[in-house]
Amino acid sequence: MELDLPLIWAGIIGLAVILYVVLDGFDLGCGILFPFAKEERDRDQMMNSVAPFWDGNETWLILGGGGLWVAFPAAYAIIMPALYVPVIVMLLALIFRGVAFEFRWVAKPNHQAWDLAFWLGSTVAAFAQGVILGGMLHGIRTEDNAFAGGAFDWLSPFAIMCGLGVVAGYALLGATWLHMRVSGPLERRSADWARPLLLAMLAFILVVSVWTPLQYDRIAERWFSWPNLLYLSPVPVLTVVLAAVIWVGLDRRNAAAPFLGSVGLFILSFAGLAISNFPYLVPPDITIWDAAAAPASQMFLLVAVVILLPVVLGYTVFVYYTFRGRIGPGEGYH
Amino acid sequence: MELDPLILARVQFAFTISFHIIFPAFTIGLSAWIATLLGISLWTGDPHYRDLAQFWTKIFAVSFAMGVVSGIVLTYQFGTNWSAFSLAAGNVIGPLIGLEVLTAFFLEASFLGIMLFGRDRVSPQLHFASAVLVAIGTAISAFWILSANSWMQYPAGHEVRDGIAYPVDWWQIIFSPTFHWRFVHMLIAAYITTGFVVLAVGARFWLKGKHLIEAETMMKMALGILVVLTPVQAVVGDFHGLNTLEHQPAKIAGMEAHWDGNHPAPLVLFAIPDEEAEMNRFELAIPKLGSLILKHDLNATFPGLKQFAPEDRPPVLPIFISFRVMVGIGLVMIALSVIGAFKWWRGHLFRPGWLMQIFAWTWPLGFIAVLAGWITTEIGRQPWVATGLMRTEDALSPVGGVAVLVSLVLFVLVYAVIFVSGGYYINRLLEKGPVRHIPKEDLRPTRPMAAAKDAGRIALSAGE
Ligand code: HDD
Ligand code: HEM
Ligand code: HEM
Repeated sequence: MELDLPLIWAGIIGLAVILYVVLDGFDLGCGILFPFAKEERDRDQMMNSVAPFWDGNETWLILGGGGLWVAFPAAYAIIMPALYVPVIVMLLALIFRGVAFEFRWVAKPNHQAWDLAFWLGSTVAAFAQGVILGGMLHGIRTEDNAFAGGAFDWLSPFAIMCGLGVVAGYALLGATWLHMRVSGPLERRSADWARPLLLAMLAFILVVSVWTPLQYDRIAERWFSWPNLLYLSPVPVLTVVLAAVIWVGLDRRNAAAPFLGSVGLFILSFAGLAISNFPYLVPPDITIWDAAAAPASQMFLLVAVVILLPVVLGYTVFVYYTFRGRIGPGEGYH
Repeated sequence: MELDPLILARVQFAFTISFHIIFPAFTIGLSAWIATLLGISLWTGDPHYRDLAQFWTKIFAVSFAMGVVSGIVLTYQFGTNWSAFSLAAGNVIGPLIGLEVLTAFFLEASFLGIMLFGRDRVSPQLHFASAVLVAIGTAISAFWILSANSWMQYPAGHEVRDGIAYPVDWWQIIFSPTFHWRFVHMLIAAYITTGFVVLAVGARFWLKGKHLIEAETMMKMALGILVVLTPVQAVVGDFHGLNTLEHQPAKIAGMEAHWDGNHPAPLVLFAIPDEEAEMNRFELAIPKLGSLILKHDLNATFPGLKQFAPEDRPPVLPIFISFRVMVGIGLVMIALSVIGAFKWWRGHLFRPGWLMQIFAWTWPLGFIAVLAGWITTEIGRQPWVATGLMRTEDALSPVGGVAVLVSLVLFVLVYAVIFVSGGYYINRLLEKGPVRHIPKEDLRPTRPMAAAKDAGRIALSAGE
């Protein structure tokens, strides 16, 4: 039997991206919400609730980027120069929010600058990631398998909207994470943040679902041709169900339901985008098979992934288990 | 004026990676040092070691964060600035980076959480194990990245079709001919770098009369390891040089500013190499010693720069100087370690005097040597990005000079802020020194016996 290696690798990178988006999403989200928590005690609590995890979470971004290089070097070599500006902006923002985790504690009591760095870093990184997403969906101009556009080709109203959508979505993940993981006044406040964010996220999902098929024929065809329409109809239904789970969970002060519901929304949106674009890795021209690395390279690392990914997931779970439980006001690890 | 993206991209890469290497060079050694301290504390039950580990863990946390954020920039830079190279070599070195992420980065990043924040949440055994895993993770990380780098220095185990490298033999790719010495040399360099930082901090505490017990522990442990590693590093460096002569003769010729390969090479102590005139100005040299060092034979010859076409020669001046800086520091390090160890053996290490004063200022030595070593290695590889396979000028992405310039300026500004603040905070943590840790009983209700034992120990040591 022949393995369709590019397809498997598309799946692995998809998994890495979705894990990244969900995991780093909630800690970036806590950063985005920082200015809404006025008191230092609340901010400490927010940061503490993600401090043991953020580095592991961010590592999925390296796996996503590195994996793209390994499995689809041709796509990596096109996407990175094409999205040069948002990628660099994202990296610079991640620098600020990453060092803020440590600097803020050692700087106390003069940590205001690092509060700002944490908030701006998280927000700008999230926005840049949305722009990257939007830029890729929009498509990249290529000639002879190389990027052939200008430095600002990615800039479009659609990309900006994707940026805002990701900021809102991450903030929703962050708020529901806090709802699950902190106790005291902040728990209640996080529920207040979560409701408008949920509405914003739903609005964003709606806009993308309408905008993309209108603008891109390939996407319209994918969704609205028969029998695809039938197979795909659960996607919008599930979206509504998940939104209800989040909303009701917040009302009933259920700890986990809003967070899990938000994760579900992200997975669903991701699946929707994947359905729209498959099998294009760099729309509109380059498919996963066009961009694939040598089979020997894909196979070599696939073996490593099959062995190592379960181990990685195992100790990731172990770390989350070690730091389980709610963080009260004034509690922390520092 | 036309901005040349090639030069800008090279400066950007050199700047960001030089910034990055400072932190791994420190954290590879520091994590091993913290793991050792936690191990001793577990073994002997002596709380001083635990407090010392805690003290260094805070410094580790700050440095590690800077290492991580600057490392992510590098991974993405392969794509943003060197996309032609990413495409040409991706089949071969992409998987090495992928393995680095899977085997090292996840390990470090996950257990880092437990190492930094888990002290009151997990058993001391597990806390120690996490520190060991982080230390192993950092070393594995060095393994893969140096494997990738060594392949670029001297590619092996691949075949080229249409300008793209395809893997043939993974074993040869991972263990390419220049890898072994480079890996050993770098790992030892990291341990030496940390050793001198620990030594210098110990000496500073001692000179101020603060934290005397910890200061003496630090200095003894550091000297113990340095007196072994610094001479070993020189020997390893020598073998590394022989290996480079075999695989990258043009680099060695440049490092030695050796022009004429028909005669035995002198050891050039000082010179200003002049690439136009193909000769050295103001040369101060010891005849034949170069041949003795590199061929272990006074009358042997090896290729000089004139034997390579001008477009295949590396820039001579920078690598000639940086190599001398590294070796010079290496020799100074050996001298300091041996004198310190000798005084320790005679029982008069802990006396005020010039040696203590010097030790207090040795902390930058390792960092400078590491940077100088890498500048030698990397500039010496020029004009190739992957020797024989692709020239640096062909590796560039199709991006405009302005984009690269703006991002370069931003990196410089951001890194300057981060570096200055980080340095300031590390210094502040150092000033504060180790503090006695009181375990939080309420966080470890499942282990009343251990908590009681700790409380007893603290009561005892308070009464000392
Ligand atoms: C895995 C690969 C890798 C590793 C581990 C290093 N480098 Fe490197 N370096 C490159 C991969 C590379 C590169 C991508 O191949 C560059 C970019 C352009 C070039 O010529 O090579 C480069 C260029 C480059 C240059 C510019 C040389 C020139 O253009 O004349 C300097 C000064 C350094 N590096 C310095 C370092 C330092 C201080 C390192 C310590 C960690 C280091 N490099 C490790
Ligand atoms: C082009 C070269 C390099 C790239 C692309 C690179 C990439 C990275 C990345 C992405 C990280 C962050 C990992 C995390 O999130 O935990 C990192 C950290 C690290 N890198 Fe590098 N790196 C390079 C050079 C080096 C070199 C030369 C060494 C050592 C010899 C090294 C050793 C480490 C270590 C030990 C860490 C852990 C963080 C730290 O200790 O500060 N790296 N690197
Ligand atoms: C005095 C003894 C030393 C000798 C003879 C020596 C020799 C060498 C040689 C020949 C290279 C290789 C350049 C190439 O790739 O062609 C090198 C690289 C390097 N050296 Fe040294 N070295 C010495 C001491 C040190 C010390 C003390 C440090 C740091 C603490 C250090 C750090 C490095 C680093 C980081 C590199 C670049 C990585 C590598 O290629 O291994 N060296 N050295």
